[in-house]
Amino acid sequence: MTDIPLLSLAVWVPIIGGLLVLATGSDRNAPMARALALLVAVVGLVVTIPLYTGFDLGTSAMQYVELVPWVPRFNINYHLGVDGISMLFVILNAFITIIVVVAGWKVIETKVAQYMAAFLIMSGLMNGIFAALDGVLFYVFFEASLIPLYLVIGIWGGPNRVYAAIKFFLFTLAGSLLMLIALLYLFMESGGSFSILEWHNLPLGIEAQTLIFFAFLIAFGVKVPMWPVHTWLPDAHVEAPTGGSVVLAAIALKLGAYGFLRFSLPIVPDASMQLAPVVITLSLIAVVYIGFVALAQADMKKLVAYSSISHMGFVTLGFFTFNPLAVEGALVQMISHGFVSAAMFLCIGVLYDRMHSRLIADYGGVVHKMPKFAAFFMLFAMANSGLPATSGFVGEFMVILGAVQFNFWVAFLAATTLIVGAAYSLWMYKRVVFGAVANDHVGELEDVTGREFAFLGVLALCVLAMGLYPFPFTEVMHASVDELLRHVAVSKL
Amino acid sequence: MNFVVPDFYPAAAEIFVAVMALVIMLSTTFARSIARSLGYFLCQFTLIAAAFITIGTMHGEVSYTFSNMFISDLMGDFLKVMIYFSMAIALLYGRSYLADRNINKPEYYLLAILMTLGMMVMVTSNHMLTMYIGLEMMSLALYALVAFDRDSARSTEAGMKYFVLGALASGLLLYGMSMVYGATGTLEFSGVAQSVYNQAANKPVLLFGLVFLIAGICFKLGVVPFHMWVPDVYQGASTAVTLILATAPKLAAFAMAVRLLIWGLFDIAEQWQTMLMLVAVASIILGNLAAISQPNIKRMLAYSGISHMGFMLLGLLSGVVEGDRHFALNAYSSAMFYAVAYVIMSLASFGMIILLSRAGFEAERIDDFKGLNKRSPWFAAVMMFVMFSMAGVPFFIGFFAKLSVLQAVVAAGYFWIAAVAVVMSVIGAFYYLRVVKVMYFDEPVDTAPIHAPAELRVLLSANGIAIAALGLAPQALMSICAYALLASL
Repeated sequence: MTDIPLLSLAVWVPIIGGLLVLATGSDRNAPMARALALLVAVVGLVVTIPLYTGFDLGTSAMQYVELVPWVPRFNINYHLGVDGISMLFVILNAFITIIVVVAGWKVIETKVAQYMAAFLIMSGLMNGIFAALDGVLFYVFFEASLIPLYLVIGIWGGPNRVYAAIKFFLFTLAGSLLMLIALLYLFMESGGSFSILEWHNLPLGIEAQTLIFFAFLIAFGVKVPMWPVHTWLPDAHVEAPTGGSVVLAAIALKLGAYGFLRFSLPIVPDASMQLAPVVITLSLIAVVYIGFVALAQADMKKLVAYSSISHMGFVTLGFFTFNPLAVEGALVQMISHGFVSAAMFLCIGVLYDRMHSRLIADYGGVVHKMPKFAAFFMLFAMANSGLPATSGFVGEFMVILGAVQFNFWVAFLAATTLIVGAAYSLWMYKRVVFGAVANDHVGELEDVTGREFAFLGVLALCVLAMGLYPFPFTEVMHASVDELLRHVAVSKL
Repeated sequence: MNFVVPDFYPAAAEIFVAVMALVIMLSTTFARSIARSLGYFLCQFTLIAAAFITIGTMHGEVSYTFSNMFISDLMGDFLKVMIYFSMAIALLYGRSYLADRNINKPEYYLLAILMTLGMMVMVTSNHMLTMYIGLEMMSLALYALVAFDRDSARSTEAGMKYFVLGALASGLLLYGMSMVYGATGTLEFSGVAQSVYNQAANKPVLLFGLVFLIAGICFKLGVVPFHMWVPDVYQGASTAVTLILATAPKLAAFAMAVRLLIWGLFDIAEQWQTMLMLVAVASIILGNLAAISQPNIKRMLAYSGISHMGFMLLGLLSGVVEGDRHFALNAYSSAMFYAVAYVIMSLASFGMIILLSRAGFEAERIDDFKGLNKRSPWFAAVMMFVMFSMAGVPFFIGFFAKLSVLQAVVAAGYFWIAAVAVVMSVIGAFYYLRVVKVMYFDEPVDTAPIHAPAELRVLLSANGIAIAALGLAPQALMSICAYALLASL
């Protein structure tokens, strides 16, 4: 353990750096804004590395804890800490931020400083969400992170961006405000504490648990997003600029799933047990039905957006089987999805920057012009469909194995995703990449630049490494996941 | 009958302001050539000096003077300082606006000072007559201010409307006071409280009077069902006056509610809480729904103000639960914090309208904010802070204001009210987001560079930073509110 407040650095380095980037002002200073943003993003990642290297595998307790009173009037504390569940997401988030900065390097030409600053500030806020151990602190970061993403979609987005941005904001806000009431109720019941860890041990009646469970379900379900409150996501993804889609898919969706593990399961375990069939049903609908919806999409971004919903259905399914293997699988799936979906959106971004179209029908025969790109895209499409040896396989397989122990038919339905997922990913790949060169525009395509090669290559390495040797990822989770499930198994009634 | 010289010391600030009002009146009459700046600077001097006097004479104990008609306590002192502060800022914001429209007359500042004096008397009254005198002093000055732009038909109409409705509300309030007098035999708040506590008061008459008192308070706060004047007057008055109207008087009205209801009628809290509950919920619903369709930003802010005042009332109505007064201090201080937070946000929002306005052009429509991010990224950010703060999104002060009020409501067990408030907040977020949307996502239609005096720019920037800074560190202001109330109760 070090005395350096690593988590505070992980939160505030990007935020303060983002404000500095913002201070570079107009587009005349764009090169400076880009360089500074990259520097901040790299420093942001560097400060999170010791979280992993110094992590104590033997304990399920919170590590790197920082506790300072913030608003003593309501006993709100600036209380940060990570365990095996949240630590990896902080690093993933810092890593994705670098990718986003690099991906937006050339593409974003207007209001560069604001673009970079928005992503850096968002990254800091999201680290805050994963590290917060105080209910209000969590909520504050959770809500505040909406603002930069709202602006990113609205300013740099596509033609229908205003609708998508406002829909995104209002959906999430509606969910989270109900959570706020639940937090205030817990504050009252616990005799004036906002500490999440104290809430874990707070006895609650089944009625209160049920109400709190639904408040959390709505808040996090919107964010995940679960069927039927998923409709904001395809809109947001389609309209967002590439960087926005990447952060949305790779990090923002994980916040909801993370919320289930940090709030729903440990705080209201009995209601979670009782109402697990509800969540499992919704998850299965997401996995199966949304998988078929993805199959029918004509727009590549929309397709990946729906596939994200389907994959996140796997995650919530894994959580609510209360099986260690499935929960760890779901966590692995979350991280893997962070890499894969980011990579898929970046690939689409690469095509979009050249063709200014996301419609599958406008493409065909890309492989003839962009062989290197086609190879990367192939790998990510395979990972998206859960091919063994890619990261996508590990999580899905673990969840299915866990689910079989829970209920065979649930596992059976979930497993259909391996077929549907392969179908929509590979069919899209076939139509875009293979075949004869579809039109003149495709004929003029140029292969990936060095910059694009760099970020796609790094992600490809991550996807393969995680697929071949997932142990470094799972080993840090064991203690925390076991403790969580032990805790959930004990009734609070 | 022996004549006792009253203790003037607790009323030093009021006496000073009253004297200064006369000084302003006379000096600007005789020094016509420099009257405008003289009026302005004397006015600012008065406010600042009064702040020093109030802070200087502040002490932790409650003292009475003028035969117990006047009270000096920490809550009053704190609210008075906030009133000087918001008046000073409002006058500073409005100065160039008035000059551009040729209505920068010394009388404007005289009326502003008289209005301040009225508010001070309201805040420090310990007697219904003192309260009424203060209220009328504030209101009459305000009626004149609303109609100050006498060549503008809308402004005159707004002044007329405000006057007629305001006079009606004053009548209702006075009638309610007379009922309370009839029931309890006294007009002094502590006497009323004593009488109610001993159950010596005639309950039906008292409750009958209470209804009228509530009506008067609701009118001054501008909440449903006495809100009709708010949108029209906000829109009709020149923006500099709307700025005044939407800030300091809310604090004075808050003080009026606290003095009348909590100082005087705390023992029938269950009755007035039920009334306020209906009023608050209706205000939150109507204010937020009506604001959605307003193309005029002043009107939109008027409706949003109605819902904010409804939110503030949520704090006042959560104090006593089934006879349990345990939560009272917490609830009332959350309401006070909300009122102060609203004033800070409101100052910045109308300040932004003034910033974008110029001679012959009123930036009144939401569309006038289009593309502000291109014209001035910094002020677009300030307006964004204000909008997100009003919507209750963290890290801004508005979030903590909503949090503390909701906490009081949940602690009192009114979950359904909390749920309504929260659902309406989502609807409210829509129209605040729309302002952010036009600033950031749309192209500018008005490309004229922003001309504004340096002091307006600096102070408005500071105002925006304060909204964010108080959201990061709300503790100080919160504990001041709680402490001021605790020391006064």
